Amino acid sequence: MSDSSPVIAADGRPLKASLNRALRRQKIRALLLIAPLLLFVLVTFIAPIADMLFRSVENDIVSNTLPRTVVALDDWDAGSGETPDEMIFAALAADLAEAVAAKRHTQLGTRLNYELSGMSSLFRKTGRQVKKLDMDAPFREQFLEIEEDWADPEIWITIKANSSKYTAGYFLNAVDLQNGPDGIEARPENQRIYVKLFGRTIFLSISITLSCFLLGYPIAFLLANLKARTSNILMILVLLPFWTSLLVRTSAWKVLLQQQGVINDVLVWIGLVADDNRLELINNQTGTIIAMTHILLPFMILPLYSVMKTIPITYVRAAKSLGATNWTTFWRVYFPQSVPGIGAGSILVFILAIGYYITPALVGGTSGTFISNRIAYHISSSLNWGLGAALGAILLALVLVLYGLYDKIVGIDNVKLG
Amino acid sequence: MTSNSSSDAFVAFERVQKSYDGEILVVKDLNLHIGKGEFLTMLGPSGSGKTTCLMMLAGFETATHGDILLGGKPINNIPPHKRGIGMVFQNYALFPHMTVGENLSFPLEVRKIGKSERERMVKDALDMVQMGDFAGRRPAQLSGGQQQRIALARALVFKPELVLMDEPLGALDKQLREHMQYEIKHLHESLGITVVYVTHDQSEALTMSDRVAVFEDGRIQQLAAPDDLYERPENAFVAQFIGENNTLRGKITAQNGPLVSVDVEGGLQVQALAVNCGGVGEQTTLSLRPERVSLNGDGPNSTSARVLELIYLGDHIRCRLEVSGDDQFIVKVPNGAGQKHLVVGEITPISWQSEDCRALDF
Ligand SMILES: Nc1ncnc2c1ncn2[C@@H]1O[C@H](COP(=O)(O)OP(=O)(O)OP(=O)(O)O)[C@@H](O)[C@H]1O
Ligand SMILES: [Mg+2]
Repeated sequence: MSDSSPVIAADGRPLKASLNRALRRQKIRALLLIAPLLLFVLVTFIAPIADMLFRSVENDIVSNTLPRTVVALDDWDAGSGETPDEMIFAALAADLAEAVAAKRHTQLGTRLNYELSGMSSLFRKTGRQVKKLDMDAPFREQFLEIEEDWADPEIWITIKANSSKYTAGYFLNAVDLQNGPDGIEARPENQRIYVKLFGRTIFLSISITLSCFLLGYPIAFLLANLKARTSNILMILVLLPFWTSLLVRTSAWKVLLQQQGVINDVLVWIGLVADDNRLELINNQTGTIIAMTHILLPFMILPLYSVMKTIPITYVRAAKSLGATNWTTFWRVYFPQSVPGIGAGSILVFILAIGYYITPALVGGTSGTFISNRIAYHISSSLNWGLGAALGAILLALVLVLYGLYDKIVGIDNVKLG
Repeated sequence: MTSNSSSDAFVAFERVQKSYDGEILVVKDLNLHIGKGEFLTMLGPSGSGKTTCLMMLAGFETATHGDILLGGKPINNIPPHKRGIGMVFQNYALFPHMTVGENLSFPLEVRKIGKSERERMVKDALDMVQMGDFAGRRPAQLSGGQQQRIALARALVFKPELVLMDEPLGALDKQLREHMQYEIKHLHESLGITVVYVTHDQSEALTMSDRVAVFEDGRIQQLAAPDDLYERPENAFVAQFIGENNTLRGKITAQNGPLVSVDVEGGLQVQALAVNCGGVGEQTTLSLRPERVSLNGDGPNSTSARVLELIYLGDHIRCRLEVSGDDQFIVKVPNGAGQKHLVVGEITPISWQSEDCRALDF
């Protein structure tokens, strides 16, 4: 049967083509059914994310605002250490005249200020004087008269470095690097915050996942092995947090954990802690871990429970009948079969934790905040969307890498949500 | 091999009762003695308490009342893993995350047996069930029959003296089941182990066992060797449950020696062996095996019957007759040269020996 001529259907067409035609209707129907959701997701989720990701590399403000200058700077040698010549200043004068007319020069200044401080005020000051420029006199002297910083090659290097339409600058910034005169270099010590923040976010997320696992596993085990009636009641208790507002729960932790709070009061009253030496449980990493463990615990318990529910009691009985003690039975027979649940719960909790924002902002203080808090700051306060987008993109990549790593080690097929 | 006194019994249930919910007794006053090396089967309809008894013996359920003894010692307070009882489960319960070899090695590891010794024992056990080449496979990569063999090998690899099997062949098709019955029986004989076997397939029980305990409603209705059970059932339930059976109901009119005369509803007068019936005037159930009825009209118990249905079954023909108002009377006629050829609708004489008709409880 190895001859390669295609199988023919009753109507004389190749069977494959007939089958495809028959299936096409079904496919179109399926597509129509999900079309509204697809459209919704596309418009409200995928498109904004794509747009944000694009902003992390987009950099056309310099080339759009100063087109002539950018072309003229092509021939200028950035390494020479000399101020550019008259031709380039002439181009700048023409560009700035247009930019000021369109009121775009301040935006440009703000953008370039991310790279080199002082640029913002330089452009604002120059912008005010552009109209008074004498179109016949040499421009170079006139610019230096307005602001002698224009003689500084550093300024021109920055303009030239940002003249391409795309930039890696935001990404470099997001990992505490910058584009210096001699290529990529580390940022000054006091400006390096993001790598540390990423590290802390991962460390705290792992701690939270771990503590969710340690607390959740016994509860899931109990839920899966109790009688239906009792376990239903317990299940309601597990789900209770879902029915309470996140803000309420987080604020409750504030009340409980603060230095004059309930927990410290009780510890002092018992005598475990001295009154003048109350524990710092909030506005630091401890606070973040405690509050987020509480909030994310159900996401660990539910997948664990649904996997444990499917482990038949006969495996445990078989192990015992073969002579295994309770512990051996658990460790060698029960636990390995619950691993898919651990995997699912851990991925879920970890990915939720790594992007969490409200709780760390409320109880994390300065040492317990996450990278997402920084992203939010750049999106809504500093308005440096490019940097915010770059940080977000790195976070997304990080999650995907960890996911891939997990797939390699545990195997994503082993993850079961029920 | 049969033992009936508790002193030399290997396994003994003494007045055992079991209730799960504190309201209903699912095992009622169970007394059962199993001899060393015996193959005992618990047979009964669904929900009759067979699994419960097995679980109490294995230690996964506790008896509400009474004692269970193993080798003369009460084991009520010994946890399951210290009882050293091999067990085969209905769905095999092979550990899915371990290979066949690891599954078999597990009971040896927990017994701290050395590696080389362990490997030898695993190999022996696999060879015993003709699965020597499968040590590296996962249970999911085996067919049902192969999994069954591995489950058997795992229950035997640590050389327990007592092996419990709860419907181990329930998931197999008929042919494989019959083959495995033979193999289990063979292993039982060659290893000299004691087996307590649970099934609700009566032919399985009859072919494999030394003795069969017929369970119903938490009680043993009869405990006997297979041939006794079939030929000499002691009550109506057992007669009905084991094999095919014709039931006639009637009133005892006279008793002479081992026989009683019974007036069957519908006007028939028969002689029957008094087994488990009351005195004169009492109601009784008569039990008569279909193959013990002959199609001729002589002897003390003869009557005429109308042929309602004939089913051709190759080696014999199954006839449904109407006898004295009962239209479910079955006769099996061997498919031989000298046999009469019946036609539906015809009236034929039938007869049977008085000893083959047993008068039982009503
Ligand atoms: N864990 C339990 N909790 C409560 N009742 C139970 C439990 N297990 C069994 N029962 C009840 O005890 C009775 C006997 O059950 P058992 O499992 O021993 O029957 P069985 O003879 O093994 O039946 P089958 O042939 O269907 O396996 C049944 O009525 C059943 O409903
Ligand atoms: Mg059962």
